[in-house]
Amino acid sequence: MGSIELKSVRKSFGAVDVINGVNLTIPDGAFTVFVGPSGCGKSTLLRLIAGLEDTSSGQILIDGKDATNIGPAQRGLAMVFQSYALYPHMSVRGNIAFALKMAKQPVDVIDQKVKRAAGILNLTDYLDRKPRQLSGGQRQRVAIGRAIVREPKAFLFDEPLSNLDAALRVQMRLEIGDLHHSLKTTMIYVTHDQVEAMTMADQIVVLDRGAVAQVGSPLELYNKPNGLFVARFIGSPTMNIVTGPSADKRGAATIGIRPEHLQLSKTSGEWSARVRIAEHLGSDTFVYVEGEGVGPMTVRAEGEAELKPGERVFLTPIEDRLHKFDKDGKRIGA
Amino acid sequence: MATQQTRVAGRLLVAPSVILLFLWMIVPLAMTLYFSTLRYSLLDSDNVSFVFLQNYGYFLSDPNFFSALVNTLVLVGSVLVISVVGGILVALLMDQPIFGQSFVRLMVIAPFFVMPTVSALVWKNLLMNPVSGLFAWIAHSLGLPAIDWFTNWPMLSVILIVSWQWLPFASLILLTALQSFDEEQKEAATLDGAGAIPFFFYLVLPHIARAITVVILIETIFLLSVFAEILVTTAGGPGVATTNIAFLVYKQALLNFDVGGASAGGIVAVVLANIVAIFLMRIVGKNLES
Repeated sequence: MGSIELKSVRKSFGAVDVINGVNLTIPDGAFTVFVGPSGCGKSTLLRLIAGLEDTSSGQILIDGKDATNIGPAQRGLAMVFQSYALYPHMSVRGNIAFALKMAKQPVDVIDQKVKRAAGILNLTDYLDRKPRQLSGGQRQRVAIGRAIVREPKAFLFDEPLSNLDAALRVQMRLEIGDLHHSLKTTMIYVTHDQVEAMTMADQIVVLDRGAVAQVGSPLELYNKPNGLFVARFIGSPTMNIVTGPSADKRGAATIGIRPEHLQLSKTSGEWSARVRIAEHLGSDTFVYVEGEGVGPMTVRAEGEAELKPGERVFLTPIEDRLHKFDKDGKRIGA
Repeated sequence: MATQQTRVAGRLLVAPSVILLFLWMIVPLAMTLYFSTLRYSLLDSDNVSFVFLQNYGYFLSDPNFFSALVNTLVLVGSVLVISVVGGILVALLMDQPIFGQSFVRLMVIAPFFVMPTVSALVWKNLLMNPVSGLFAWIAHSLGLPAIDWFTNWPMLSVILIVSWQWLPFASLILLTALQSFDEEQKEAATLDGAGAIPFFFYLVLPHIARAITVVILIETIFLLSVFAEILVTTAGGPGVATTNIAFLVYKQALLNFDVGGASAGGIVAVVLANIVAIFLMRIVGKNLES
């Protein structure tokens, strides 16, 4: 069991409101990702759930019980820190066993649990090493191992992959995903990287300036962003945003169209544009163009489109893939 | 990697300072060694003769030598224990966010800047004096008899004075070590359910172990040669109760006017200091590795 519910949770540091009344339900067993630009309060929200910060007002329920004023250790949650926060003078075994030792569990039980965690994480051969003798990915796994042995109600991850190089990040992403499938424990994962959010989450929570902008599954957010903020934040490359006559014509203040939903033609189309640069990725080509009257845009073209900088092209949006927003940046229509 | 040429040039350029430092060390040592083999008393300075190791024989077989050795070790050991344990506690206190933190830190460091002679005088005359001292006043206020510190507890008195001087040094070094403790590790330990005491012993103490080692090594070097505090307060007495090796050498040279004997004592002190240093490095030096 590990459902977490936040009821109008607020947090202010002095006069600065970091979290402005967040209501959120994290269902048992779900992989929830908090995502948002830096300074949006996602880490603070995680720390509030962990109990490392006190809420200014509001309630945090864990498994339906009020945990707002319970100490971090008693909440039954485990956290993996950005810096891993491994204890440097303890061996891997010591690090993983520490929480159990503090809970005064019998030695043979500790030993058994450490062995099992090490088995899950492929750390069996490294149990007697010190953290500084490990690579970044291994340290990351030790940090996760330290969380696993506590058999927590939920795992909290605070940007755990940001210290790893790109290749390792993809690999660890998969490993954390596998771990979630095998443990089926609730996980809350904080990241500023929307790719991580899209690939890992069952449920994404997009945060903007201390408030929840939208909650939903990755594809919901991708296909039906409820506002300009989410529309811009989710998806890579970002959605093209157009204002002016083209938007007015469709009865909206702003329209958005994703790069893959623009049709590129050399002869005719709604908007004319000049190619600035074309990035050939093999499977796709991202074409960055300067649209006349609509500003810079990105187009995702098939395969190996032959385009040269300065060349004139025409773009047409696929009508039913258009996102319309009113003047407050809210979504119009379904 | 440096080329042959730059290596030679580098050696030539550092040579003057290295030679100067070497002479600075070796000349007094050689002269002391030389004097230690002479029968050379200032009361009879015309009659200097070579006696080889006789001075060492006299110094080491002096019944006061053994007690001075014990006194030295007791003094060094006690002050180390008091200043390290006390230093950790003071550093833990100073690491807390309190009002007027920088002022408190400055005041805590202050005793370190007081000259040993001055602090010994202050302790002797203002604090520990059995008639007019602060401690006597406190004892009287509580209806207890005043303690004549330097008569009844001479060694303890000296230990207290020297500890008072070295506590700030230990506190300061250990405070900087404490301040470098990683905040996320602290939070991880909180989540792991470590209370204050296990937190200290499992995480803080290993973290500051290296700083403790530095404190022990540096303090030992200075504590082996404590002199001013003893001269000012007890003059090595009563009897030889507070005579350490350094003070014994002084008595030999300036009270007995025996240059040869004092030199031999000085060399013995050097050897002893090295033995202590070797043991220390064996015990705590491994903390400095890696």
